[in-house]
Amino acid sequence: MSTEDTSHDASGVKASAPARGRGGPRAGSHPDTSVPGRAMSGTEAVVPTGETSTVERDLRPVDSEQKAAPTFQLSLGHSLGLVLALVALIALGAATGGDRFLSLSNMTTILSQAAVIGVISIGVTFVITAGGIDLSVGSVMGLATVWATTLGTQAMANDLHWIVLVLTALAVGAGAGLVNGIIIAYGKVVPFIATLAMLVAARGFAEIISGRQTQIVNVPEFTNAFRRSILGVPVIVWIFILVAVAGWFLLNRTTFGRRTIAVGGNAEAARLAGIKVKRHTMLVFTLAGLCAGIGAVMMLSRTTAGSSTHGSLMELDAIAAVVIGGTLLVGGRGTIVGTVLGVIIFAVLTNVLIQNNLDQSVQALVTGGIIVGAVLLQQRFSREAKRR
Amino acid sequence: MITKGQAAPLLQMSGITKHFPGAKALDGVTLDIRAGEVHCLLGQNGAGKSTLIKTLAGLHQPDDGKILWMGEPTSIPNPTAALQLGVATMYQELDVVDGLSVAENIFLGHEMATAGVLHRRSAASQTRELLARLGHPEISAQQEVGRLPAAGKQVVSMVRALSHDAKLIVMDEPSAVLDPEEVENLFRVVISLKQQGVAVIYISHRLEEIRRIGDRITVLKDGRTVATGLSVEDTSTAELIELMTGHEVVADFGGAPTGAISETPVLSVEDLAVDGLFEAVSFSVRPGEIIGLAGLVGAGRSEILETIYGARKPTAGAVRMEGRQLRAGSVPDAVRHGIGLAPEERKSQGLLLEEPIYRNITLSTFARFAAGGWLREAAERGAAKKQATSLHLSPPDVDRRIRTLSGGNQQKAMLARWLVHGCQVLLLDEPTRGVDVGARAEIYTLIRELTAQGTAVVMVSSEIEEVLGLADQILVVADGRIVDQRPAAALDEHQVLDLVMEGAPA
Repeated sequence: MSTEDTSHDASGVKASAPARGRGGPRAGSHPDTSVPGRAMSGTEAVVPTGETSTVERDLRPVDSEQKAAPTFQLSLGHSLGLVLALVALIALGAATGGDRFLSLSNMTTILSQAAVIGVISIGVTFVITAGGIDLSVGSVMGLATVWATTLGTQAMANDLHWIVLVLTALAVGAGAGLVNGIIIAYGKVVPFIATLAMLVAARGFAEIISGRQTQIVNVPEFTNAFRRSILGVPVIVWIFILVAVAGWFLLNRTTFGRRTIAVGGNAEAARLAGIKVKRHTMLVFTLAGLCAGIGAVMMLSRTTAGSSTHGSLMELDAIAAVVIGGTLLVGGRGTIVGTVLGVIIFAVLTNVLIQNNLDQSVQALVTGGIIVGAVLLQQRFSREAKRR
Repeated sequence: MITKGQAAPLLQMSGITKHFPGAKALDGVTLDIRAGEVHCLLGQNGAGKSTLIKTLAGLHQPDDGKILWMGEPTSIPNPTAALQLGVATMYQELDVVDGLSVAENIFLGHEMATAGVLHRRSAASQTRELLARLGHPEISAQQEVGRLPAAGKQVVSMVRALSHDAKLIVMDEPSAVLDPEEVENLFRVVISLKQQGVAVIYISHRLEEIRRIGDRITVLKDGRTVATGLSVEDTSTAELIELMTGHEVVADFGGAPTGAISETPVLSVEDLAVDGLFEAVSFSVRPGEIIGLAGLVGAGRSEILETIYGARKPTAGAVRMEGRQLRAGSVPDAVRHGIGLAPEERKSQGLLLEEPIYRNITLSTFARFAAGGWLREAAERGAAKKQATSLHLSPPDVDRRIRTLSGGNQQKAMLARWLVHGCQVLLLDEPTRGVDVGARAEIYTLIRELTAQGTAVVMVSSEIEEVLGLADQILVVADGRIVDQRPAAALDEHQVLDLVMEGAPA
């Protein structure tokens, strides 16, 4: 992966993890008794507890048709393939790098490197599942790092609280995503073009703000809060974990996720079923922008600087990770687990190649090959799925 | 080549059978075509005409049956093979590429080129020649096809068929998109083709056209040939209609219409119009009543349903549910007020094919089962399961992908969606398209049960039998206007067919 973060360790002093990867409009407390992993068990013994409201429920024990929906079998099979690929890569790393590769500090480095791109990829997973594409995430992240580190913002953060920095980055990310969403949903511009325009414009805007200078973060409380470890795990890795878990729930367990899948699977059918397709499209792009904002906060803590060059080409890495993970580019099916595995596979791969002193160009070459191979596999999977 | 009535017909098809999952599209079709004749293919929608011509074009492979081409047994494995034989097809949906020029479209797939370099000049000159031959010298070979009117595109499609040196040209409702004047042009072309010894299979719903240019007629019904080789001169219109509608397969419409159970209309449509599609559509439906919209494809029936449902924005008029005006062009508003639509194209407009059945059933209602945005799939799935069971969905496993269901069962899932929602008004667009006879009866019964419970239904169907058998009131739609409205009991199939085809009261 061609990330430019040449950063060092990510262990620090003190923390709290404020950023949450949740942009959904409706997340809340839930009297939902069903548990992750449900769809497999044909015996959903989940008795709805809440009030029975308007809808009658069928409380008969569901018969023992154990047939899991092929959808789940497929994604499980695919994830398994990714896990095997990951294990193979780690074995390769261990064989060539030995203890140095397997050391805790190296593992931490890999995860820290995966964290920023991981959070951004979660957002991109939603966009692609909804049938769109977002090319602007990397450059929006760059813009957010710059905006959050202007002298004005930093002064305010020092006066009030370091959270100002975080909120600014999140607002810039979500705002840029919202602009994308409005242009795409209501202006009817295809996502490829609209986000390509945002890619270019956000980069330019970041350069104007920063005067192409690197802006050092000098809000010590901010740096302290993020550059530390909890239970031996760096805070930014925790953020990645939190965003991934929240993303998984959002996609698989909420109405927001269901709408995302419906819009991506068949936008016309979703519209005729009464789903507000435009509004939802807008929200999905806003979510991707928000994730880019979270990524910006993590980037600031890793590099302790805002720069208009942050995140360049990151959109391609994110899309590659999402597609390798098994999310269909045409929309309608997305997998957060797959995306996380895709991101980690790329991070491990980069690490193994570096350990073996292969240069960036070789990394790029290998990465390209892996993307093609994974997509070819994916096509075979989906053909087989159709035959079923 | 001008060998009318030669010994061996150009094309003989016999016993052609074609199954689709859940439906038998062709069930032993027999057809023979002579060189230099215009052979008309008649039949109601769903009779198997399209499947038959797709078989001829190499798009479908018959499961059984024989095809003789100039006396020789043959098979048509793909579209290229069809063109090599000399069979060219003009489809109903125009198959031209808008961004290319007229000449490029005509030689698409068989470009004149040496080592990949196109012979643009000779392509253009041949195109001009062909256009002149068809009486359309005014169309330029260099013109972009996207800028041509529908009729022009039709001509391009026809020239393309000619450019293949076809011996047989299949025209699927070529007049459907044409103005009367352009239809005259089309006829001249057909007649000139005929004089050159080319055979034409002509599909049209308009009997008067068939009278004008046809030589012989084959009538299809329910995938079978009910009559073939009828002479146009010696067959009366009444006879043809009788053949097309024939009652060998007696459909069970679940009893006689029961009529409204309340006098207060639940849905009223007032002067609804969409520019260029339909105008001044007014009617109302009472609880328990079924209104049937009859008319030709393209008459504006589906568009009327879609506009009532909010899927299209009206340019005039209003839709009221129990007196309250709905927000124009808002599907969520229509759904909230208890209107449901089962669209014409189930697969592209109704279903998430890769998703489980239960999620398709709850596509309009999953949010209702959710608490604070969190899905409650158990409750949701239970409700879907309950409706699936009561509709005898088969197989009854709601976790399967909906793609795996037959057309009839997919339609049941669509209806189940609105049953879970609890609709007061159901809009059904071609509710039995792609549904086999057995499942049709079930769907009819279901519609009856719903209306007995007070649901109002507005349905569109191209099958007149179906509209008459189910509806209480018939609205006849022609060219975007309601030309007639009367109780179904006061009409028979022939009268409706007359109205639909003539566009004027009988």
